[in-house]
Amino acid sequence: MKKLLIANRGEIAVRVARTAREMGIETVLVASEPDANSLAARTADIVVVVGPAPAPASYLNQDAIISAALDSGCDAVHPGYGFLSENSAFARKVADAGLTWVGPDADAIEMMGNKSMARESARKAGVPVLRGSDGPLDPGADAIEVARGIGYPLVVKASAGGGGRGIRFVNSEDELLKTIETARGEAASVFGDPTVYLERFVQHARHVEVQILGDGTSFIHLGDRDCSMQRRSQKVIEEAPAPDLPDAVRRRIRESSVELARECGYSGAGTVEFLYDPINHEAAFIEMNTRIQVEHPITEQITGIDLVREQLLIASTGAMSIRQDDVHFSGHAIECRINAEDPEHNFFPSPGLITAMEWPSGTGIRVDTGVEAGSVVSPYYDSLLAKLIVHAPDRETAIAAMLTALDGTHIKGVKTTIPVHKTLLARPEFAAVTHHSKFLETADLLEAK
Amino acid sequence: MATIVSPLPGIFYRKPGPGKPPFANEGDTIEIGQTLGIVEIMKQFTEIQSDVAGVLESFEVNEGDMVNPGDAIVVIREGEL
Repeated sequence: MKKLLIANRGEIAVRVARTAREMGIETVLVASEPDANSLAARTADIVVVVGPAPAPASYLNQDAIISAALDSGCDAVHPGYGFLSENSAFARKVADAGLTWVGPDADAIEMMGNKSMARESARKAGVPVLRGSDGPLDPGADAIEVARGIGYPLVVKASAGGGGRGIRFVNSEDELLKTIETARGEAASVFGDPTVYLERFVQHARHVEVQILGDGTSFIHLGDRDCSMQRRSQKVIEEAPAPDLPDAVRRRIRESSVELARECGYSGAGTVEFLYDPINHEAAFIEMNTRIQVEHPITEQITGIDLVREQLLIASTGAMSIRQDDVHFSGHAIECRINAEDPEHNFFPSPGLITAMEWPSGTGIRVDTGVEAGSVVSPYYDSLLAKLIVHAPDRETAIAAMLTALDGTHIKGVKTTIPVHKTLLARPEFAAVTHHSKFLETADLLEAK
Repeated sequence: MATIVSPLPGIFYRKPGPGKPPFANEGDTIEIGQTLGIVEIMKQFTEIQSDVAGVLESFEVNEGDMVNPGDAIVVIREGEL
């Protein structure tokens, strides 16, 4: 691999370009017109403007991106996260154009993208799954009978959904049939596929996940993360390792995630996501993401392993540089996602010009940013500005270090979620690990401020 | 005539998704609360609804245009249909 096309923007484009440069790989960034002078654009060696601001015309414009790669002499494509990263058709087009796709092959993306198929392969690999309809709910099946076997409350999920979308709750039997009908109609119109399945709903569940790496021959894990602090299924604060997890549960999710990777001959970086029921001490499979995650830096901080480097090595040489024995964990890391949103107005997006920006410094502090003073936060893309990451010897010290780091973070011109992070990190529930994935929405945090 | 304005900044769309029919067209009879389009900002979607009943006279913005708070989206001829 000599020249890498980065098909993304913002902090992840900067992040990928940094490691590529360290490895002596030249980088070409595709950019939309307003992003032509972004921080990412200046980090890359070459910038190719592929279209106007709306993502369908630029960052999702498959043919323009492949042409840019071929015309600029690239031999590989890194999709980052979001955009085309889990688009199997694009992965196939990249390979068909004679370019190396930095990620698992199109078949693996496709299989994991279908949530009921993914659940089935997880079950076969020995990954714990929630009681459910074991595959798609047959339109002719007696749904009431199937649901009685699962128990209430339960959720109706769209097979083609994911990332928290396409989910409906059912509290009792009398709501079941109507909800299934609505969910099927919604899934058909939103995802183009009416297939749904049923799954048990766990109250106050935490979100834990396992980072895995595979090169088609060997398969390893890089430990776990907890991402329970979420808002509307979008992660807000992540930490590694997952705190307060019984050893047996931790071992089971790590080992079975590796088995799942082995089962599909996985090649690349991936994340197996779980619900963790802290009452019954049970973990259950949610989905597998076939890409680098937003929160990958916390795993890098506690292992000292550069995940993007391993992605690029696997794609270019077919082998990762490490074995399971080489993975050691040290201390605790926390990441805060700093979004351009106004916490005082229901997290309403806050685009605009960043007039000033100041980051903290010190031992164990890492900032992955896609913006700087003078950057314009566009209304066209998601609101993630930057990620603030701290690494400390233990969780308590990491929380204190993050609070101090947030005090040293100043962004002017747009509203940000920095005040929310301060509030959340200071909550006794976070310290005691009694928070869960609906905590932020129910805790009335702004009132408490 | 009544003008329906955007309460927020963002990108205006007449359709719920690519390849879908528009929410409403010129000449359509519009009811109070009917969705006329959506404004997207940073992946958050807000429906623009009519607060009057009447006939849709004209769209003041095109599909994919940037709008600011207070910008006219649609003009509706109120009253007798």
